[in-house]
Amino acid sequence: MKQKECIAMLLAGGEGRRLGMLTRKIAKPAVYFGGKYRIIDFTLSNCTNSGIDTVGVLTQYHPQVLNRYIGIGKPWDLDRKEGGISILPPFIKQRGGDWYRGTADAIYQNMDFIEEYNPEYILVISGDHIYKMDYELMLRFHKDKKADASIAVIGVKWEETSRFGIMSVDEHNRITEFVEKPKRATSNLASMGVYIYTWKTLKKYLNMDAENVKSSHDFGKDIIPAMLDDGIRLYAYPFEGYWKDVGTIESLWEANMDLLDDENKLKLSDRKWRIYSLNSNQPAQYVAPSANITNSIVNEGCIVFGDVDHSVLFYGVQVGSGSVIKDSVIMPNTKIGNNVTIYKAIVGEGSVIGDGSVVGSSESGEITLIGSYESITFGIPAR
Amino acid sequence: MKNVMGIINTVNEPDHLEELTYHRCIASVPFGGRYRLIDFILSSMVNSGITNVAVFAHTKYRSLMDHLGSGKEWDLDRKRSGLFILPPVNEGLEPVKGDLHALYGHRDYLYRSSEEFVLLTRSHMVCNIDFRDLRNYHEMTGADISVLYKETDDPDSISSRIVTNTKGRVTSIREQSGLLQGNKVSMEIFFMKKSLLLDLIETALAEGHDHFVRDAILKNIDHLNIHGYRYQGYLGVVNTLQSYYKHSMNLLNPNVWKELFFQPGLIYTKIKDEPPTRYKSESRTSNSLVANGCIIEGTVENSILFRGVRVHPGAVVKNSIILQNGMIRENVNLEHAILDKDVVINAGRTLMGHELAPFIAVKKKVI
Repeated sequence: MKQKECIAMLLAGGEGRRLGMLTRKIAKPAVYFGGKYRIIDFTLSNCTNSGIDTVGVLTQYHPQVLNRYIGIGKPWDLDRKEGGISILPPFIKQRGGDWYRGTADAIYQNMDFIEEYNPEYILVISGDHIYKMDYELMLRFHKDKKADASIAVIGVKWEETSRFGIMSVDEHNRITEFVEKPKRATSNLASMGVYIYTWKTLKKYLNMDAENVKSSHDFGKDIIPAMLDDGIRLYAYPFEGYWKDVGTIESLWEANMDLLDDENKLKLSDRKWRIYSLNSNQPAQYVAPSANITNSIVNEGCIVFGDVDHSVLFYGVQVGSGSVIKDSVIMPNTKIGNNVTIYKAIVGEGSVIGDGSVVGSSESGEITLIGSYESITFGIPAR
Repeated sequence: MKNVMGIINTVNEPDHLEELTYHRCIASVPFGGRYRLIDFILSSMVNSGITNVAVFAHTKYRSLMDHLGSGKEWDLDRKRSGLFILPPVNEGLEPVKGDLHALYGHRDYLYRSSEEFVLLTRSHMVCNIDFRDLRNYHEMTGADISVLYKETDDPDSISSRIVTNTKGRVTSIREQSGLLQGNKVSMEIFFMKKSLLLDLIETALAEGHDHFVRDAILKNIDHLNIHGYRYQGYLGVVNTLQSYYKHSMNLLNPNVWKELFFQPGLIYTKIKDEPPTRYKSESRTSNSLVANGCIIEGTVENSILFRGVRVHPGAVVKNSIILQNGMIRENVNLEHAILDKDVVINAGRTLMGHELAPFIAVKKKVI
């Protein structure tokens, strides 16, 4: 196998329990986002746009949809002779075998895969974040700093620091302290879950961690603290731009709504950094004379007769006449009948909302969630 | 349909698309917001289970080759068979006279293909067909050749008509501007044994002829058992500006939209990875077909926007077709216009065409 300077390991095995019905049968990275994408499209596109052509995707929880979606990586130009995409589920070894017991263990168990490419650096990312990032710039930073590990960080609001892994740095961006979800933070630099390691170093720590029975085998909880204790060179790579963890219904809804903000820094239409996804082969959307679409994003294959305001419509969505959709995310191939009202909701793929139904309300601030392939009449799930 | 190979013959296709075909052949004329004309026949073939398709290219085929690539969007990037783009065969400096020469020039491809039957088609028929029905009909009638036709009155395009007797046998075909009455428009889609096709080509050439339908078929119409098979789906014969405009506007009928783009199969095309279309708060869009990657801030009515079109605030676009990456700046007034790819209309301009004579802007023009 040809040697690769840097390969990516993408953690995609998470259940995403806080996404409820949306992840009942699919892994979190396969959840739909932004009218045409699945969450994992962002990290896969970042890899290919950054010139990283070897990506191992670590799967565990309900991988069927994700496996089929990724295929041989064609949509992201990762169908390569050398490298390309490899799906890496847990597997049985001569002496037993185990599920991935943590993020670090997932990498540890696939050491043979990594060694095949004999990389100098390894990029560890996860498939549950929405952002556009040039990993090549981060790799350059890592080399310039002669770092053993670099962690991408973003400044978050102080009141949100308790939700993230928080880093304190010195004036050269060298990490002095790392605290997972601190009650009282001394810094507002949050880890984005994007790591570059010098492989030699990481290998050593993974081997040590594997033998530690007390370890939870997690990068944030075990590997990074152990590296800090040893005083090796850990650097924080400051990132500016849009980054969002879409681990909850609220944050998923918010991230979709962020796309409707003209000031949004994600810039989906920037042609220099396209986000690729599997093509759904749908025709151009049809907007009927009776339709009124404002401040929304609408994908191909939609046919709209009603009013859509401040919403995100995925491909193949039908909106009947007299219907009003506001502040909502409607996932693929959902059929919305006539005179339906939908406020502040996330409607899962393939659902059918019968004529006259009311979903959500304009008063309550709560997000109404309808799962996939549900059938709704008059706003009550028909079960 | 494993035993059937497809041919899309673009040699000498009737072309009155004026500015739209200055720089491209008719097969690669953009249509329906995100497609090229050839996508409809090609996708129909693929959806019918044909896995060996040859496109006979003729002139101005750079954009056609770019569009088709390796055929992967149609699932035709195969180890065996797949997509073949066959360029014109010029011996010496003599230009190719008719499609018979092209078919003959690439006869090795025909001989080498293992399929017993061949489906010979043109690129400018906008339709969505399951060719398995045609094959079944062909087997049932025991015809030598089956030809698809559509009963329609379409005075805006150049098409040939067929005449059938009571048993469905074709007794006459009039190419293009014949005086022959009748409403059976030939879709120029022929199904026959490959051995018959080769025989017809070689015989007609030996007799000094040039054109497949006019010479190889018509001159043998008494000896050949040719049957017409009626196609009942939507058909657009697109080879004049009038028919281009008319059939584009027909897509604004939701029934046509549902039928042509979904039944019996999906239409495939080269993808552009554009984000979904963004409608801003001032946008007013009605009765329009909009592809991905557009940003709409103005008013769009009865129009077709291809991928990546921008309509700035205050602009009004009516009854128009804006091809890929069109830029309509502030307060532009556009009616009955066809703008080719990458056209920019500067702020405040008013451009009015007529339904029967739409205003046309050539590729990359800045107005």
